[in-house]
Amino acid sequence: MTMTTNPAKASRWSRIWNSNMGYSFRRNPVAVVSLAIFVFITAMALLAPIIAPFNPYDPAQIDIMNSEFPPVWIDGSDAQFVFGTDDQGRDLWSTILYGTRLSLLIGLCAVMLQAFLGISIGLIAGYVGGRLDSLLMRMADIQLSFSTLMVAIIFLAVTQAMFGSETFNQYAIYFLIAVIGVAEWPQYARTVRATVLAEKKKEYVDSARVLGFGPLRIMVRHILPNSLSPIFVISTVQVANAIISEASLSFLGLGMPPSQPSLGSLISSGFDYIFSGSWWITAIPGVLLVVLVLVINLLGDWMRDVLNPKLYKG
Amino acid sequence: MSLLSVRDLTVKFAMRDHTVTALDNISFDLAKGERLGIVGESGAGKSITGFSLMNLLSRPGFIDAGKILFRGEDIVKMPQSRMRGIRGNRMAMIFQDPMVTLNPVLTIGQQMVETLMAHRTLSKAEAEQIAIVKLREVYIPSPEERLAQYPHELSGGMRQRIIIAIALLLDPELIIADEPTTALDVTIQADIMELLLELCQSNKVGLILITHDLGVVSQMTERTLVMYAGKIIEAGRTREIINDPQHPYTQGLINALPQQTKPGMRLKQIPGNMPSLTAIPPGCPFSPRCEYVRDHCRTTRPETVQYAHVEVACHEVSRLHQENTEEQPA
Amino acid sequence: MLAYLVKRVFQAIAVMLVISLVGFAIQDNLGDPLRELVGQSVSEEVRQQLRDELGLNDSFFRQYSRFLGNALQGDLGTSYFFKEPALDVILKKLPATLELVLGATLIIVGFSVPLGVYTAIKPNALLSRLIMGVSIVGISIPVFLTAILMIFVFSVELNLLPSYGRGDVVTVFGNWDTNFATLDGWAHILLPSLALASIMLPLFVRLIRAEMMEVLQSEYVKYAKAKGIRPYRIYFVHALKNTLLPVITVGGVQIGTMVAYTILTETVFQWPGMGFMFLEAVNRVDTPLIVAYLIVVGFIFVLTNTVVDLIYGLVNPTVNLARMGA
Repeated sequence: MTMTTNPAKASRWSRIWNSNMGYSFRRNPVAVVSLAIFVFITAMALLAPIIAPFNPYDPAQIDIMNSEFPPVWIDGSDAQFVFGTDDQGRDLWSTILYGTRLSLLIGLCAVMLQAFLGISIGLIAGYVGGRLDSLLMRMADIQLSFSTLMVAIIFLAVTQAMFGSETFNQYAIYFLIAVIGVAEWPQYARTVRATVLAEKKKEYVDSARVLGFGPLRIMVRHILPNSLSPIFVISTVQVANAIISEASLSFLGLGMPPSQPSLGSLISSGFDYIFSGSWWITAIPGVLLVVLVLVINLLGDWMRDVLNPKLYKG
Repeated sequence: MSLLSVRDLTVKFAMRDHTVTALDNISFDLAKGERLGIVGESGAGKSITGFSLMNLLSRPGFIDAGKILFRGEDIVKMPQSRMRGIRGNRMAMIFQDPMVTLNPVLTIGQQMVETLMAHRTLSKAEAEQIAIVKLREVYIPSPEERLAQYPHELSGGMRQRIIIAIALLLDPELIIADEPTTALDVTIQADIMELLLELCQSNKVGLILITHDLGVVSQMTERTLVMYAGKIIEAGRTREIINDPQHPYTQGLINALPQQTKPGMRLKQIPGNMPSLTAIPPGCPFSPRCEYVRDHCRTTRPETVQYAHVEVACHEVSRLHQENTEEQPA
Repeated sequence: MLAYLVKRVFQAIAVMLVISLVGFAIQDNLGDPLRELVGQSVSEEVRQQLRDELGLNDSFFRQYSRFLGNALQGDLGTSYFFKEPALDVILKKLPATLELVLGATLIIVGFSVPLGVYTAIKPNALLSRLIMGVSIVGISIPVFLTAILMIFVFSVELNLLPSYGRGDVVTVFGNWDTNFATLDGWAHILLPSLALASIMLPLFVRLIRAEMMEVLQSEYVKYAKAKGIRPYRIYFVHALKNTLLPVITVGGVQIGTMVAYTILTETVFQWPGMGFMFLEAVNRVDTPLIVAYLIVVGFIFVLTNTVVDLIYGLVNPTVNLARMGA
């Protein structure tokens, strides 16, 4: 394994980048194209307020008379709406840009929360060991045996019923990040714990301890760098999953409200019109969602092949 | 005619955009019933030699050139189905770590019976009878009960005995044993070696013993090959190699044995490490570590020459020999 | 074996207790049972009296133990909307959901093993690359989108298959309605099962492939080759059994996950199962039904996980159940 070398982190990084990762990236057209598409989508989403011709959150710019215009390449369209309009008369292109922004934001924040919780718990469980370790890992097992989506659906449904739609819609984005973030921490915790257990026995950890470094410093500065490659690989997959989860929850009406739609809620609102022929409200955000998740998954696959980390298996 | 004859065997590993030579032009012979030791550090190419003989190199390794004649037939060119008929049948292999060699989800009986039935037409009951006989030969107590057991129910030593029994199932002509005791407890290593020696002698089976332990080689084998960085650097009768090694590397190995050192003294080490296969120096591969090195050692490959009673690949072997014999009386 | 069983059952009971606690907390905080009983036109005094009678002023512990005692007798409260015991409402919807899960499981088991094994044995074949390419696209499409796409293609455009409901069902024993008795039933369950399987199938193909490829690199497979065993026996006897062992554990968890995904497929196909019912209950703030659903689904999760663990212990000879119980 390449992960046994702890010293000289900087040189290791540059070495990986220059030889292995860089090389295989250049040689892998799928990875190059995926990254390009991902960067492109992310840039569009970030620049949404600048690029988008309309502001979908501004009621003054929405006219219900404009609803269900098809995309410009179809008869009966309106030239100012490139991808047509949705059921409320919003410009679909602008709404998609803002929606992608929300989907990406929720996905990334949720995964950061997962990673923070999982890495902390994994480090503590592995380093402290004993009863605390077995308790935490038993909790991880049980948490994993309940599907994230199920937990999220029930949590959000109850929250929505408890606070009422209005308050819920206002804080939906935080609820989504929290529930997706909390439900998946075991993925990280198990992998990090496994690395800690393997590294704890090694001499450099002993010597760091003898030198008087505290446990926190040893864990973060010495042990954690060894789990970076699995963390990277898990993270890509988790971002893809989080985006799908968010979309699914929003589709069920348990996520972002139609007034502030993410890609999932946009697809959901379009689903009611699919039988009446307004397929684009569902199809265009749907395609974008799939492409976004697909390129992240492809990047994750490529990374797994290159880094080939030892992932924890249950 | 010799049982096995290896001629100019070269094995390479395919890397991203180049190949690495793992075995460089090695040749040797094995007579019927002869026991041969292959000695060297890890990474010298011993195990690769063993797997090449079975034509079982796994990717990215491949046989680049050379011949492996088994009873006059070239294994390298043999079709897979025919080669499969030889593996486990005429030629058996004993792997290094008995804890991971047997399939954990199949019983000992299933793994023995399938081997017999792969090569002979007989009933399951007949196969089990043969298995029991062979288990008894390797001193497994109550062999009938073992057949129903899973590997994890048995100790490492017991498992290696069973693997030896499987090797003997079809009365092969050659057994390749790849470090058969390295993974075992020190206390049972000698038992297993003794058993292997006894069975090879009584059944007149040829043995290729791959090991890093010169002591084991001296007890078990008649002839020895010393490998270094994918090459055979010295070959000859075991007794002569042990008593009067010619290559500086072999001398270093023997001097490093604890028996050669007085109590309380430091063990003599060969300075440095064996080069990795990607960075084998030009000229003699041992030259960077050799205390007798001369300029031409670093630039030209030494030819294998007959010297004293052995074949050795060293430019300076005659000078070395003189110096040593001069030293000894003094 | 017995000790392991007991330990595993104890753990399951502990998890169920936690779930019931969550259920109770929801019951306690969500909605007002009084309003459902008597409406809002009742004076505050009468309300207080009713609260006392219903035990709503008792201590937390007493209320919880009463909730638990009732739950153990199968009483999970009465649905506000259906005016029927909540458990009965759910049990009526359960067969529809379970048949959907069964249909998807059959598709997954039937296809994932051959596809996973093939792609592991021939990783460079054109067909393998195609299967892997399709599988990663499959993973990237959310279930509800697959469902919508299927409706659009097979129902709206081609008009081949029905897009909603269960169609003709036949009542077999008790109140179990089955889709598998009529052609119309099969036609109705096909698309929802396919949609439900669409996310799990590629996951299983990839999992089986990865496990199988790892097993094929193992020493015991190399050893089997060195014994001269035929390839098909190496693949299907030596490797497959070792491959499927870890897959069983993951599979158990995924069956639970599929129950969650039924909510999505049932919503798209208006499948009258308990997931569809749950979302309706949420919209109506039908608290007893929400809590009952939580407990029934939690029970299904715990049950499948426990059973899968026990099966794993039984089929894996290296797991010593007696020792694990200690």
